[in-house]
Amino acid sequence: MKILLILVSGIFVNNFILSKFLGICPFLGVSKKLDTAVGMGVAVTFVMTLASAITYIVQYAILNPLNLEYLQTIAFILVIAALVQFVEMVIKKTSPTLYMALGVYLPLITTNCAVLGVTILNIQNEYNFIETIINGAAGALGFTLAIVLFAGVRERLELSDIPKPLQGFSIALISASLMAISFLGFSGMI
Amino acid sequence: MINAILIPVVILGVMGLIFGAGLAVAAKKFEVKQDERIPLVRAELPGANCGGCGYPGCDAMAEAIVKGEAPANGCPVGGAKVAEAVGKILGEEVSEEEPKVASVLCSGDCDHAPRRAEYYGLKDCNEAVIANGGPKDCRFGCIGLGSCVNACMFDALSMGEKGLPVVNIENCTACGKCAATCPKSIIDLIPKSQVIHVNCQSKEKGKIVRSSCSVGCIGCKACTKVCPEEAITVTDNLAKIDYEKCVQCGACVEKCPTGAIVKEIR
Repeated sequence: MKILLILVSGIFVNNFILSKFLGICPFLGVSKKLDTAVGMGVAVTFVMTLASAITYIVQYAILNPLNLEYLQTIAFILVIAALVQFVEMVIKKTSPTLYMALGVYLPLITTNCAVLGVTILNIQNEYNFIETIINGAAGALGFTLAIVLFAGVRERLELSDIPKPLQGFSIALISASLMAISFLGFSGMI
Repeated sequence: MINAILIPVVILGVMGLIFGAGLAVAAKKFEVKQDERIPLVRAELPGANCGGCGYPGCDAMAEAIVKGEAPANGCPVGGAKVAEAVGKILGEEVSEEEPKVASVLCSGDCDHAPRRAEYYGLKDCNEAVIANGGPKDCRFGCIGLGSCVNACMFDALSMGEKGLPVVNIENCTACGKCAATCPKSIIDLIPKSQVIHVNCQSKEKGKIVRSSCSVGCIGCKACTKVCPEEAITVTDNLAKIDYEKCVQCGACVEKCPTGAIVKEIR
């Protein structure tokens, strides 16, 4: 039951982008086309889930026994950076097109605050190992959902008649805020 | 005191080492082996990533050329110059093909082809066509919302005053993006020296064409009789020129009763 609760909370209620406002950079940067948005979502999902698992081990097997909790941030960044490098290699091998499309935003997952956010929140909420992984996956799925929905919105915005002062990023930010408001409808569900 | 500094340093250092070693192993495993000619070929290609060759971008094309899956002159944008340079890298002779150019095969502008409805939706032909085939009377005619203009990456298409796209032959590289995006398949790639076109795509019977457009092909076959080279055939009420046979004499242009066959002025 708790696992289901974490899933719903991560994907909808406490969506990382639309209610915690973490990871806005790729959200605005890679949401121009639907297929690259999906690719970004998959890459972040992989990194976030794996990072959750590994940081859990790092926290409870290394940092806590040695009373080095204050190294949490730097140790977690180390884990995430290594993981992103790994994902980059896999994508370069399997899909050069996606690699080109993601461009600079792929290494930037390293500094994606949503990834660091989820790993630190896992520890703060005192989740056990299974819950940690579920929370990581749920947060990542929420990220994917938001970025894919937003890419769909932006693809249609490209074709619409938009007043000149609002064209480009301004209308994108306004639509993002409207999406965030609509996601507020989930608050109070849990 | 010294331990308080040493332990974190050692721990982080060891962690870094482990991850580094892991990445090194992964890098070996996921290494992308590349033929050294691929970057050379890639450097010769235009780098527009238009996809006109049928491959997703110039990188994929360069790889396909080196592997022998694509012909050395497969890049429609680069033309003969690029083909020659690529051929040099691969050490093979490259045959020359006549360059092609995109052509808008519809004359139904707002003076000649009436509309049956007004369209207020998204400014995109592929969206408009969902609404009962678009706003024009003619089912085959240009919708005129400029999806092809947006698709063009070389600034070779612009929207004319009368609601039909105009091709700038100087800029056109025959990548075929416009032809692929047009929901009515009005744009076609034809040899550059070909100046006589049948500017109509309507396969309707003559009577229906006449009621929906004043410059449509009604399938009267007058052009087939007047052509000295027998280059024109009429199938499905639509005249078609065989570009291999056509000698650009212009007899059909004069004969055509509706003006659907035109001689392009360059």
